[in-house]
Amino acid sequence: MVSMELVYLAIPLASLLGAIIAGFFGKQIGRSGAHCVTIIGVAVSFVLSLLVLKNVAVDGAPIYNYSVYTWMISDGIRFEIGFLIDGLTALMIAVVSGVSLMVHIYTIGYMHDDDGYQRFFSYISLFTFSMLMLVMSNNFLQLFFGWEAVGLVSYLLIGFWFKKETAIYANMKAFLVNRVGDFGFLLGIAVLLMFTGSLDYYEVFDRADSMVTATMQVIPGMDWSVITLACILLFIGAMGKSAQVPLHVWLPDSMEGPTPISALIHAATMVTAGIFMVARMSPLFELSETALSFVIVIGATTAFFMGLIGIVQNDIKRVVAYSTLSQLGYMTVALGASAYSAAIFHLMTHAFFKALLFLAAGSVIIAMHHEQDIRKMGGLKKYMPITYWVSLVGSLALIGFPGSSGYFSKDAILIATKNADVWGAGYAYLAVLLGVFVTAFYSFRMFFLVFHGEERMDEHTREHLHETAPVVTVPLILLAIPSAIIGWLTIETVLFTDFFDQAIIIFREHGAMAAVAEAFHGPASFVVHGLAPGPTWLAAAGVISAWYIYLRKPQLASAIRQRMEWIYQLLDNKYYFDRFNEIVFAGTARAVGQVLWRLGDALVIDGLIVNGSVRLVGWFAGVARHVQTGYLNHYAFAMISGLILLLGWAVLG
Amino acid sequence: MTAEFVQPDLMPALPEMVMLAMTCLVLVVDLFLPQEKRGFTLLLSVLTLALAIGAVALVAPASAVSSFGGSFVLDQLAVVLKIAVCAITIMVFVYSRDYLADHDIYKGEYYVLGLFATLGMMVMISAHSFLLVYLGLELLSLSLYAMIAFNRNSLRSSESAMKYFVLGAMASGLLLYGISIFYGITGTLDLTQLSASVKGQMAEHPVALGFALTFIVVGLCFKLGAVPFHMWMPDIYQGAPTSVALFIGTAPKIAGFAMAIRLLVDGLGDLQVDWSQMLTALAIASMALGNVIAIAQTNFKRMLAYSTISHVGFILLGILSTSANGYASAMFYTITYAITASVAFGVLLVLNRKGFEAEEISDLSGLNDGNPWYAALLAIAMFSMAGVPPTVGFYAKLSVLQAVIQVDMVWLAIVAVLFSVIGLFYYLRIIKVMYFDKPMAEQTTTIKEALDVKILLSANSLSLILLGVFPSILMAYCILAFS
Repeated sequence: MVSMELVYLAIPLASLLGAIIAGFFGKQIGRSGAHCVTIIGVAVSFVLSLLVLKNVAVDGAPIYNYSVYTWMISDGIRFEIGFLIDGLTALMIAVVSGVSLMVHIYTIGYMHDDDGYQRFFSYISLFTFSMLMLVMSNNFLQLFFGWEAVGLVSYLLIGFWFKKETAIYANMKAFLVNRVGDFGFLLGIAVLLMFTGSLDYYEVFDRADSMVTATMQVIPGMDWSVITLACILLFIGAMGKSAQVPLHVWLPDSMEGPTPISALIHAATMVTAGIFMVARMSPLFELSETALSFVIVIGATTAFFMGLIGIVQNDIKRVVAYSTLSQLGYMTVALGASAYSAAIFHLMTHAFFKALLFLAAGSVIIAMHHEQDIRKMGGLKKYMPITYWVSLVGSLALIGFPGSSGYFSKDAILIATKNADVWGAGYAYLAVLLGVFVTAFYSFRMFFLVFHGEERMDEHTREHLHETAPVVTVPLILLAIPSAIIGWLTIETVLFTDFFDQAIIIFREHGAMAAVAEAFHGPASFVVHGLAPGPTWLAAAGVISAWYIYLRKPQLASAIRQRMEWIYQLLDNKYYFDRFNEIVFAGTARAVGQVLWRLGDALVIDGLIVNGSVRLVGWFAGVARHVQTGYLNHYAFAMISGLILLLGWAVLG
Repeated sequence: MTAEFVQPDLMPALPEMVMLAMTCLVLVVDLFLPQEKRGFTLLLSVLTLALAIGAVALVAPASAVSSFGGSFVLDQLAVVLKIAVCAITIMVFVYSRDYLADHDIYKGEYYVLGLFATLGMMVMISAHSFLLVYLGLELLSLSLYAMIAFNRNSLRSSESAMKYFVLGAMASGLLLYGISIFYGITGTLDLTQLSASVKGQMAEHPVALGFALTFIVVGLCFKLGAVPFHMWMPDIYQGAPTSVALFIGTAPKIAGFAMAIRLLVDGLGDLQVDWSQMLTALAIASMALGNVIAIAQTNFKRMLAYSTISHVGFILLGILSTSANGYASAMFYTITYAITASVAFGVLLVLNRKGFEAEEISDLSGLNDGNPWYAALLAIAMFSMAGVPPTVGFYAKLSVLQAVIQVDMVWLAIVAVLFSVIGLFYYLRIIKVMYFDKPMAEQTTTIKEALDVKILLSANSLSLILLGVFPSILMAYCILAFS
């Protein structure tokens, strides 16, 4: 067991080491040195993660829950760094380090000409470290550390091109919106700490029953159930990190960062931290029906309405970003339906195919010389065959083509939602069902506009069009493989065995997952089942509509747009969320800030307290300095004076 | 009285004997070395110190042993402090080499005097009678006087050596006067017997005891550099060659701490109510004056001197809380402060080169542009002095404050924290200057890279973080010394 302990330690630390070397010694080791050390670090993490996954999944290793380092003990509360290794963790670390490794390799090609090459590698390795710490944690303190650390790196990377005005705006927005979520998250942890007196997951879970009957008054006169309050607060944290309505506004803007980041952080891993966290907290969420309803309604709203926006986007990355929002909504719906394992399963498949789609989009962007508008593309199929085929695989997985990885996970969510019985489940089922059509429609709209149809780019760009380098295409192919087949291979293990046995707790009365298990008779029959009328047909309808509108009759698109101008405006303005936030929250905050700044800060604090005390101290220092004359007799005099004073005190006092 | 001569047990004093023998060897060998082989003297000196550390480890006893009729004691406290002193002196010697060479004072005397001073410190640490304390103190002081004046061509060095000598002589006189009164009252110089005897005399001679105690405290505080007996420090730090200032600012503080523990706690523990009060006043004055005046300094060495004064205030806090916890945290504070200060001076030494004496704060401006690594090392030291986590300075301050609060002196802890906040200003200013100011034209030349210095300095600075994260590595020994 000792050796496994070292393995667990090495998984995050290998990435951290790479980050440190590339970050602090980037100048000395040069470009190739930087990508070598970080890739080696992440590769070590990945291989060890696979080892851990094998241990847990195949050999059935017992749950490992142990604290490595005690930072301090204060008032009986232990602040520790520790690892909890079970099925959930094992799956997450394998996904995180695997996708991260692909992104690392891809970055060599994508960032080839960038001045901040070493800095970039250092950041993404640091991100991998933080994310691994987050998912491996066995206590809330470390969870929060990882949570904030991934947020920090996300902030740094969105603003990676810090001379670009929009990037700065976007990273500040991400930072501020996440503050709202993190505030809720921190309060949630505080509630748990207050009622259970511990930060350790298992201890909190053990004592959670006591919170079911307890109530507290946040607003005087209103009794709130403690468990519901705690879960909703935690979920608010998840809403910020996993970009759920209305805290989703930062994610589309985060596309200002380099594309590998969009793939790694804003699609595959960090944004799913919220999903992971809720699944990890399943013993708590199961105790509160209200919280589950809250979760499912928010998730359904995100899944459907964010998908709609994807239809009107013209920036290739933003289409994928809205698709990410919508898919995160699907996962959240699954959480609300108590189908935690389905959520995690979708998280995994989504991580592969969405990273693939982003990286493929990045490949297109490289070939197009950083042109991102899909209206200026078209017919790229013949120039970029590899990118074309992997994009097709990714898109089919995204829309849930029978047999692809996305099909299994999405269908599991659909069946689970249909059979969920919390309040709001009906609405959720409708939303995710319609969402299937929407997803297929926007995915293939983009696919057709980019790879088929007439070539709308300018002459200069067309001349230079060619397939991207192997460092770009190889990771694409490596990601395309799991995107295609991993659903088939793993659905049985992940969803219907005891893989998540103790990691995820589901109460018997929440029967959604049981219903999925009933409908499941092996992956092959699951696929056959999909061919019957149902979601798959909806997806097919979406693809066909997209084909008809954008390839067959391109003039139809603008005709529809003119007919439904107001809907178009509503979607194009993203339901006016940004406008609303800008005017109400930012406006009010600025106004209050103005007043506080003028009155409180400039006058009282700066003027009176800070500058006043500085002037006082400065004046005293200036005066006292003159006492130090440099004359020996003055020094001796000071000593004798001190002696006499002390003598007086000792003898008389 | 017919006393039979008893052969004392020499083993506990083995480290001191090794030091003495080796130092004499260094002295003789150095005489016959040509200037270009001076590196051998350094090597031999470092070897001496390493041997001394080895000897300390070899003779380290499980429980305290005394020898020479009780006037020499070797206990856990002595073992840890001696190792600390020798280790820090090794760093001092290594850091100094290039500075000495650049300023044409690369001579064997520096090392010989340094070794004698170290021997003096070791004697002070183990001394358990007034006589031996005084002997060690004078050996240390005389060596230091000579080291300061070592650069004979520098007027400023000679001036500060003169000042230190006169003031030091005065302080020694005051200390001796105190000792003589105690001898008059109790008839003994041995600290163990003194302790027993003072108890009986307390009712009879309260005034005389208080009178004598004051002189002892003054002598002690001069050595430590507490206000108002601190006046020598800024001038000496600035006037002495930086390599000597580095030495004065680090190891002797540890010896001074040992002297305080031996005299006040071991010898005069029964008068603790009195000396604790005196130290309270001195501690507050030191923290206040040290932190405030440091703000007005433009010279980095002077700033460090005032910063030392404020840290001495903190060390006194630990001692005046008169609890085992307090002594242990003061000990921790002293050792880690010495480690931190050696980084600050070490970086300053590295910046020096022929014809350029780096000592103004403005000399550090833009250091990060040309030498980011040294800037980072110095930044860690500054954060540690300011007490910012996760550096060791934070933990040191925390444990001292805890000790103070444990004895119900919350107000004193608050005062200490307030002055630390003021102190933050000038430490952060150094960081601002290094990272945000434009480098001066003459500063752009790169530092010569002596590999051994770089490695040692890096380890030295990074240990501040290591000890900050795992303070128990050192704290365990400190607690053991007072249990």
